[in-house]
Amino acid sequence: MSKQAKAGQVADEQPMRTGAQCIIDGLVGAGCEVLFGYPGGAVLDIFNCLYEAPLHFVLTRHEQGAVHMADGYARATGKAGCCLVTSGPGATNTVTGLATAYMDGIPLVCITGQVPLHLIGNDAFQEADVIGITRPVTKHNFLVRTADELPEIIAKAFYIATTGKPGPVVIDVPKNIQKQMTARRAPDAVEMRAYHPDVEADPAAVARLAELINQSQRPLLYVGGGAVNGDASAALAALARRANIPVTTTLMAMGVFPEDDPLSVRMLGMHGSVAANYAVDHCDLLISVGARFDDRVTGKISAFAPRAVIEHIDIDRSSIGKSVRADVGVQGYAKPVLEALLPLVREARHDEWLEQVGRWKDRFPFTYTQRAGEIMPQFVIEKIYEVSKGQALVTTDVGQHQMWATQYFRYTKPRQFISSGGLGTMGFGLPATIGAQLGRPDALAVCVTGDGGVQMNFQELVVAVERQLPIVVVILNNGYLGMVRQWQELFYGHRYSGVMLGQTERRPNEHVAERPVYLPDFVKMAEAHGACACRVTRSEEVAPALEKAFGSGQTWVIECIVSPEANVFPMIPPGAHVAEMINRTV
Amino acid sequence: MKHIINCLVENQPGVLARIVGLISGRGYNIETLNVGPTADPTVSKMTIVVPGDAHVIEQVTHQLSKQVDVIEVVNMTNRRHLNRELILVRVAVGDHQHRAEVVDLASLFMARVVAVQEDSVTVQMVGNQETVDDFLRLLKHYAIVDISRSGVIAVGREAGENGGK
Ligand SMILES: Cc1ncc(C[n+]2csc(CCOP(=O)(O)OP(=O)(O)O)c2C)c(N)n1
Repeated sequence: MSKQAKAGQVADEQPMRTGAQCIIDGLVGAGCEVLFGYPGGAVLDIFNCLYEAPLHFVLTRHEQGAVHMADGYARATGKAGCCLVTSGPGATNTVTGLATAYMDGIPLVCITGQVPLHLIGNDAFQEADVIGITRPVTKHNFLVRTADELPEIIAKAFYIATTGKPGPVVIDVPKNIQKQMTARRAPDAVEMRAYHPDVEADPAAVARLAELINQSQRPLLYVGGGAVNGDASAALAALARRANIPVTTTLMAMGVFPEDDPLSVRMLGMHGSVAANYAVDHCDLLISVGARFDDRVTGKISAFAPRAVIEHIDIDRSSIGKSVRADVGVQGYAKPVLEALLPLVREARHDEWLEQVGRWKDRFPFTYTQRAGEIMPQFVIEKIYEVSKGQALVTTDVGQHQMWATQYFRYTKPRQFISSGGLGTMGFGLPATIGAQLGRPDALAVCVTGDGGVQMNFQELVVAVERQLPIVVVILNNGYLGMVRQWQELFYGHRYSGVMLGQTERRPNEHVAERPVYLPDFVKMAEAHGACACRVTRSEEVAPALEKAFGSGQTWVIECIVSPEANVFPMIPPGAHVAEMINRTV
Repeated sequence: MKHIINCLVENQPGVLARIVGLISGRGYNIETLNVGPTADPTVSKMTIVVPGDAHVIEQVTHQLSKQVDVIEVVNMTNRRHLNRELILVRVAVGDHQHRAEVVDLASLFMARVVAVQEDSVTVQMVGNQETVDDFLRLLKHYAIVDISRSGVIAVGREAGENGGK
């Protein structure tokens, strides 16, 4: 067995620091430039050191906002996002954010205060078993027991968060440890005997895969978030173009391959393109790159890619063969594996296959029917695409608007589309946009959200206004929890239960005092938070509103009153096969 | 089929909870679980018996391996190995004849009678999984009042298999 990291043994001559100072130094040393957080009794010492720290602190208005902002920052930049919250309720408020990041493999380091070590287990004021609560939603977590181990733990936390399949790491720091003095410094290099994330792909497996590609008549690349995390865009494009392999991506990988490229068949799965889902159904070789065969992608597992040899490339061994058989599995980071494949793969044309795929693309584009006098939500996304010249960095909440944002915008760059995929967290969009904008000040950050989701973390708008962030929040207000309403329409016989956000025409058991206007008034609400805002009720007003907002350099909220009962199509019902796809245009 | 999985882990607080939570959180069962120190005080060994088909066991193994505090995972069932479990079982006996039968059965399994009361005998038995199962199956004909099982432990028969170094 190999040596343990030899932290601390080098530090004899170093001046003493408090645990709190170790935390700040550790964050700065790890390259943290922006820290999101919220104070409280159990982190007062850390905030005291933050007073003069060389990093930008963002006071959010809710701890959930802090984690989602750190998450958006990480997704936009590829760097670890960092947040700092107090014990008990502060820490429990992070759980949804941690789970969101965990499901999507996003690197976060979250520092939580904890009651003093000797009080742990006593039901002390603002005590919660944060290690226990966060264990299933973090890649790893640490309870710090002495200040001596703190510098090394912080270094390890960043290492764990950013390597292998990335993920969130929690460091729970009891208050007395923050005050404790130590001379220890972080080790120069982190070494852990039980954690070896960097796996070199087995050359024999790569060669076998290359051989399969060379023999295939109808290959398809199925690309997921691992290709984004692994920075594999260029390698992917090189492989796809060399052997003329069509590419479909998951929600997590929008733009990792340019969607305006003739080889792109765009997103697959429940609301993916017909061409992508037909291609999966007909391909003879499915090359999965950093994707995890989520049930929203596969539908009926036993009927998924029925004619194909299935191959998985993933850095996470447990992802290979988890839900769908892997005929060949290659464990490794996406980029080096694709680069190793490239010289072994022969140039190929696959004319017949590409023609077939092209016919599907031509025959079944994403379409919708304009309804007289109403703004169609799909139309709004098209306008965002046009007015931003395809350059917007789009973030979303979860629901119908999220799916339309994948369908009616063509992403051409990785990290151009940011959305909660695995957990499907409403309330993610607005804070994630703020985090993304802080990480990429030059980006045109547009948050596409619903009237439901935006209300879940609206308070964070202040954070954007304070910093004069030029984010644009586009609320597609359909008066419903639209995606749930759609399922009730299609699968529960139009029985709309608990999905009406307006105050009129409610069911008797949901009845409220009827109001002539929809509550809340999003325009007033945005203005009360200091943002510019407008309400758009006619199609012609959409583009001008966007133009005004995009050029303004200010925080904008544009509320679009959209057709209330528009549906997202195509739709493969949950657990169904492609053949059961519902594809209407209304 | 039951699989015996040996896991070398960092001897750190919270590791046991992480492992147990991981397995139960993914809907798998743990039949027995045993944890103890190894020759290296910084390393603990866990022996976990998990029922499931090959696919389930592969997932469990990969999920365990991926944990930051897990040093090594070996599915002992696939290797040459020795496994043992210790059980203590108290059996109600109505009369002398009854008792004689239980003592007889115990001796066939090389189990030891460790306590005798008017109305019960307590037997200590050590054996591999199969023998323990056989013994318990035969004991079913009697009234088992109480039973405690240590859980299975296992060692590889060859060098380099979960010996730690
Ligand atoms: C935190 C959370 N709660 C509940 C859900 C379930 N859910 C998924 S989509 C949806 C409706 C979203 O409504 P809205 O934000 O108005 O967006 P729309 O679907 O109308 O575009 C709900 C309730 C969720 N994804 N996340």
